[in-house]
Amino acid sequence: MTERKDSRSRRSFPSTSIVAAAPLALVAALAWAGGAFEPSRLSGRELTDALENGPGTHPGFRSAHAKGLCFSGQFASNGTGAALSKAGVFAPGTYPVVGRFSLGGGNPLATDGRNVFRAMALRIKMANGQEWRMAMDHTPIFPVATPAAFAELQRASRPDPATGKPDPKVMEAYLAKHPETKAFQKYLKDTPLPNSFANSQYHSINAFRFTDGQGQTRLVRWSMLPETPMAALDKAKLDVLPTNFLFDDIMLRLKASPVRWGLAVTVADPADVTDNATVQWPSARPTTIVGTLTVTSAMPEERGACRDIVFDPTILPSGISPSDDPLLAARAAAYASSLRRRANPAPQPGALGSASAASLPGPGA
Amino acid sequence: MNGHDDTQPIRFHIALRILHWLMAILVIAMLMIGVAMVSTSGPAYLALLALHRPIGLSLLALAIVRIVIRVLVGSPGLPTNLPRWQARAAHSSHLVLYIALIGLPLVGWAMLSAGGYPVYLSQTFVLPPIVPQDINLYGLLRSLHGWGAIAFLGIILIHITAALTHAVIRRDQVFDSMILGRRQPKQSPTKLPQPDLTAGPFEAARNHEELSPAKQPHI
Repeated sequence: MTERKDSRSRRSFPSTSIVAAAPLALVAALAWAGGAFEPSRLSGRELTDALENGPGTHPGFRSAHAKGLCFSGQFASNGTGAALSKAGVFAPGTYPVVGRFSLGGGNPLATDGRNVFRAMALRIKMANGQEWRMAMDHTPIFPVATPAAFAELQRASRPDPATGKPDPKVMEAYLAKHPETKAFQKYLKDTPLPNSFANSQYHSINAFRFTDGQGQTRLVRWSMLPETPMAALDKAKLDVLPTNFLFDDIMLRLKASPVRWGLAVTVADPADVTDNATVQWPSARPTTIVGTLTVTSAMPEERGACRDIVFDPTILPSGISPSDDPLLAARAAAYASSLRRRANPAPQPGALGSASAASLPGPGA
Repeated sequence: MNGHDDTQPIRFHIALRILHWLMAILVIAMLMIGVAMVSTSGPAYLALLALHRPIGLSLLALAIVRIVIRVLVGSPGLPTNLPRWQARAAHSSHLVLYIALIGLPLVGWAMLSAGGYPVYLSQTFVLPPIVPQDINLYGLLRSLHGWGAIAFLGIILIHITAALTHAVIRRDQVFDSMILGRRQPKQSPTKLPQPDLTAGPFEAARNHEELSPAKQPHI
């Protein structure tokens, strides 16, 4: 009996270690997977935090592009896209679209004239349950190439509580390190600013991979090219424009008639940069118009179908997949984080959804 | 006195044992993919997400198969000399594990449905939504999915600790009832014929006699 007890106590130390080691190893593995040993790792939540540092927080609204308007319409494919991608949406036919016009920034009450960065988001549904979601901006380039630079830019743009404006020294230090952001600012300054959502181009920003029926892949970017003629705003008078003039304008136009864009797909040369959204491709690249987007009606977010949609550009049909551009995964992660945040406690009605901004269905609705 | 009800099988059915270890690997992989996903916005995010959905659905399917088999073929009982609180803890933790195996994939699927996400299982195959799109419901289910996974991890840690306690401290047949390989004889003080499957109760009895008088307050 005594002998047995001794032998048991002798093995109880290693036995206890084994019992403790396995769960501890699992916890350690999870800590490793969760990035506990990699402090520089940036989560979607941290990106959303960086965004919300800018104009202050507006719970219940999108963290970026907070001010927006829903629209609906359809995409009519002319069939030429089928040579580039096997995606069902390129077969000739029409596909229902829900979308959103928006202004950049996290302030849902922003004044349109002061906020010159505008965007179009789309969700095109296909019969097989597949979807093509796009989040396009009116500039062909983006101010930053990486999620880390994005977070850094947001932090540098954060208003100083003392002055209410970003600290110029912090911004200068950021720009010194990021010539691509300077180039973006120069582009905005030098390029005429369209006076409407209707005559703005919208660009995919990131490159994507198209796979055709033979399995051949091509790296592409796409743009929505407006049929509405260009007319530019006087940049010196942006400040005096009415608060919602861009949104009021598009609602009035859609009340009169549908507004159309051609979807132009541009194929990269093998030498083109496809993993950096700050670099434009040469204009000589072959471009194909694959179909027409017709927007038929617009409505404030609380009545439209777009408010609760995540326009995550990595939600793609078979035949289109993300490129190696690191912004794409970051957009997916950050948009998911933003959706969760605005779900809690509840989404807010759009700033345009006041009693005055009545739903204005277009003739096609 | 042998601490085991002889009317019950000694080990889980081979299908249940295979399912247990397959699902154990998948569940641990899913927990690691899950924490990695929420911690990164890097390129791995998309790859992890693309793995998380089909593995989650596979676990749901495997869990249903496993429950059906378990109901049909039964399971070995716990040693009758196990303190009652431990037996109760074992049964309730196993129930919670099954609920998590079914519940977490369903909550994930419902969460994506409520968030308006198409539930891509592969590049071409999209599952239908199981709840209508509703952002408030999304918020609720997203939290439930995250906290549910943390609770699942807690139960798994207890499960592993308990299983290893049976294996190396109590040295009863509980751990052996789930292993895939042939059981090894434990500390043979005398030369005994190598036990095979049919010798199970005998071996279990020997182990219990070794431990019980000193430790087990059993009736």
